[in-house]
Amino acid sequence: MPEATRNVTSQVSDELEEGIPVMQHILDNPFILLFLGVVVPTVLYVIWGVMEIIGIPIAK
Amino acid sequence: MAVNRMFRTCPMTGLRVHQPAEALIKANAVAAVVSLLVGGVLALLVTLTRWPAVHLLPADWYYLVLTAHGINMLIFWIIFFEIAVLYFASSTLLGCRLAAPRLAWFAFLLMVLGALINNYAVFRGDSSVMFTSYAPMGAHPTFYLGLIVFAVGALIACFVFFGTLIVGKEERTYIGSVPLVTFGAITAAIIAVFTIASGAIILIPTFLWSVGLVDHIDSLMYRTVWWAFGHSSQQINVSAHVAIWYAIAAILFGAKPMSEKVSRFAFLMYILFLQIAAAHHLLVDPGLTSNWKILNTSYALYLAVVASMVHGLTVPGSIEVAQRAKGYTKGLFEWLRKAPWGNPVFSGMFMSLLGFGFLGGISGVILGTEQLNIIMHNTIYVPGHFHATVVLGTTLAFMAVTYFVIPAIFRREVSFPKMAQWQPYVFTLGMTMVCLFMMGAGTLGVPRRHWDITFAGNPLGFEFPGMAFLMMGLMGIGGVLAVVGGAMYLLVTVHSVFLGKKIQTPGFAQVRVVEGAAPAPAQPVSAALQAHGGVGAWSAPGTFALAMVFLTAFVLYYFINWNYLSTVWPLR
Ligand code: HEM
Ligand SMILES: [Cu+2]
Repeated sequence: MPEATRNVTSQVSDELEEGIPVMQHILDNPFILLFLGVVVPTVLYVIWGVMEIIGIPIAK
Repeated sequence: MAVNRMFRTCPMTGLRVHQPAEALIKANAVAAVVSLLVGGVLALLVTLTRWPAVHLLPADWYYLVLTAHGINMLIFWIIFFEIAVLYFASSTLLGCRLAAPRLAWFAFLLMVLGALINNYAVFRGDSSVMFTSYAPMGAHPTFYLGLIVFAVGALIACFVFFGTLIVGKEERTYIGSVPLVTFGAITAAIIAVFTIASGAIILIPTFLWSVGLVDHIDSLMYRTVWWAFGHSSQQINVSAHVAIWYAIAAILFGAKPMSEKVSRFAFLMYILFLQIAAAHHLLVDPGLTSNWKILNTSYALYLAVVASMVHGLTVPGSIEVAQRAKGYTKGLFEWLRKAPWGNPVFSGMFMSLLGFGFLGGISGVILGTEQLNIIMHNTIYVPGHFHATVVLGTTLAFMAVTYFVIPAIFRREVSFPKMAQWQPYVFTLGMTMVCLFMMGAGTLGVPRRHWDITFAGNPLGFEFPGMAFLMMGLMGIGGVLAVVGGAMYLLVTVHSVFLGKKIQTPGFAQVRVVEGAAPAPAQPVSAALQAHGGVGAWSAPGTFALAMVFLTAFVLYYFINWNYLSTVWPLR
C-alpha cells in the first residue's frame, strides 16, 4: 500500500512539473528566496549604509 | 543512527505529527511561556514606575527592569514561540519528519543557555543598557555573550526548518507547492537568517570590545548594523503572525485565501523589502544621506506596506466569503457578528488583526516618514507604536493560536474555559489603552526610557502639560489591565499543559510511517490548512467597508500629523 501511494504521488507530481509558470518555480524554491531575501537588504541597507559611514571625513 | 519515523495522526485535526517534532514544539512553547512570565512581571514594574502617581522603582532599578523586560519579551518569548511555529509549519503541515531532531535539541539548549546568561548579566546590575545596547554604552561581556549564544541556537533551528523542507520534498510527503501557512513560515525563517547574521556582525565585535580585545566601536556603525538585526527581527514577527492569521482562518472557517497567488506575492514583497525599513530607526542620525534613508524607509516604494494591507484584507475577506457561504449573508456585517466571538482562538486572532492594522500599522507609517518622525522621535509614542505591533499584533496572535495548540499538540483540554474566553478581551482592552495613551503622551513630547518626567530637583527642568501626566496615568491603568490579561493567559496555559485533563482517544497509537507515503488529508482542519488555491471570489463587501474605514483613518491621521509638523516649526 505505501508503495502504491508513492508511485501515484510521484506520477502526479511529475505531471504537475510541466506547465508551471516561472514565477511559481521561484516561489517554490526556498533557497532562491533565501538568497534574494538576504542579498536585497544586505546591498540596499547594510552595504550602502556602511559605505556612507565610511565616507564621512574624519575631523582633524 | 536510526531515523525516528514515529507519527501519530491527530484525532482532532487529521494532521500527521512527527514524534520528535511534537516534543520540540512543546519544549520551545514552554520556554516561550516562561519568558513571557518573566517579562510580564517586569512589565508590571515598568508600568508602575512610569505611572506618575505611583512611580514605584528607584532610577537604577527602572533601567534594569526596562532592559530585562524588553529582552525577555521581544527576544526570548517571541523567538522561542516562533521556533515552535517553524517546526509546526514545516514538519506537521508537510506531514514529514523533522530533519535532525538532535540538532534541534542542541539549538534549543543553546537558546535556553543564552537566555539564562543574558538575564544573569542584566540582573547583575551592570548591564542596564536597554534592549538596544547602543555602544559606547557598555554592558558586562556576558550580556553580549548570552545574546550571541541564543542567536546561534536560533540560527541552527532555522536550518533545521530548511532541512525539514528538503526532507518533505525528497520523501514526497506533499505535492507541488508548500501550503500558504508554510510559505509564511519560510518568509519568517528567511528574514530570521538575515536578522541573525546582522546580529552576529555587530554583537561579536561588541563582545570582543567588552572584554578588551577590540578598542573602539563606532557608534553610528553600531546603530546602523544593530538595527539590521533589531528591526528585522520585528519583521520575523510580522511574517509569523500573518501566517498564524491564515492558519486560524483555515482552521476555524475552512477559509481559503481570496487569491493564493496574491497572498504569496505579498509574502514575496516581505522577503524582498520588509527588512530595509530598519532605516526608520536612523532617521535623525547625521552621517547617513537622505537618499539612503528615504529609499530604505520607503520599503521600496511602499511595496511591503501594501503587502501588509493585502494580508490584512484577504484574511478577513476570506473569512467573510466562508461565512457567507454558510448563509450569514444579511447586510454588511452578519458574517462578522455571527463569528465565534466566544472562542479565544478567533477573538484573539481578529483583535490581533485590527490592533496591528489600525494602531500599529498607521502609527508605523507615520514614524517611518522622515519628516514626521522628528515630531515623535524617541518619545513614548515609539513604545506606543511597537506595543501595538508586537503585543497587540504578534503576542495576541500567539496567544490565540495557543488555545488551538493546547488540545492539538499538548493533547489537553483548555482549563478554565471561561477565563480563556475572556482573556483576549481583557488583554486587548488593556493593551489598546497602553498604546493609545503612550501615543498621546508621546505626541505631547513625553520621552521614552525616562525615569522621572517631573525632573524633580533638576536645575534645567521642563514642565509637561497636565494632560501629559493624565495620559501617563491612564497608560498605567491600561498597563495593569494588560498585565491581568497576560496573567490570565499564563494561568490557563500553564494549568492546561501541566494539570489539564488529558484528551483520551480510544485505540490511539503512534505509527511508523514508511518513507514516501503521502498523507491523506482526512479531516477538515488538515485539509484546509494544506489546501491550495484561493476561492477566487472578491465578493466581500463587509471587508471592503472595513478597508475603507481603515484608509480613511490612515489618510486623516497622516495629514493631521503633517499639519502638526507645520506648527512645530512654523515658517514665519
Ligand atoms: C502586559 C503587557 C505589557 C505592558 C503593560 C508593557 C509596558 C511597557 C512599558 C510601560 C514600557 C516602558 C516604556 C518606557 O518607559 O520607555 C515598555 C517597554 C518595552 N516593552 Fe513592554 N509591555 C508589555 C508587554 C510587552 C511585550 C509582550 C513585548 C514584546 C513582545 C514588549 C516589549 C517592550 C520593549 C521592547 C520595550 C522597550 C525597552 C527599551 O526601551 O529598551 N512589551 N513596556
Ligand atoms: Cu523598526
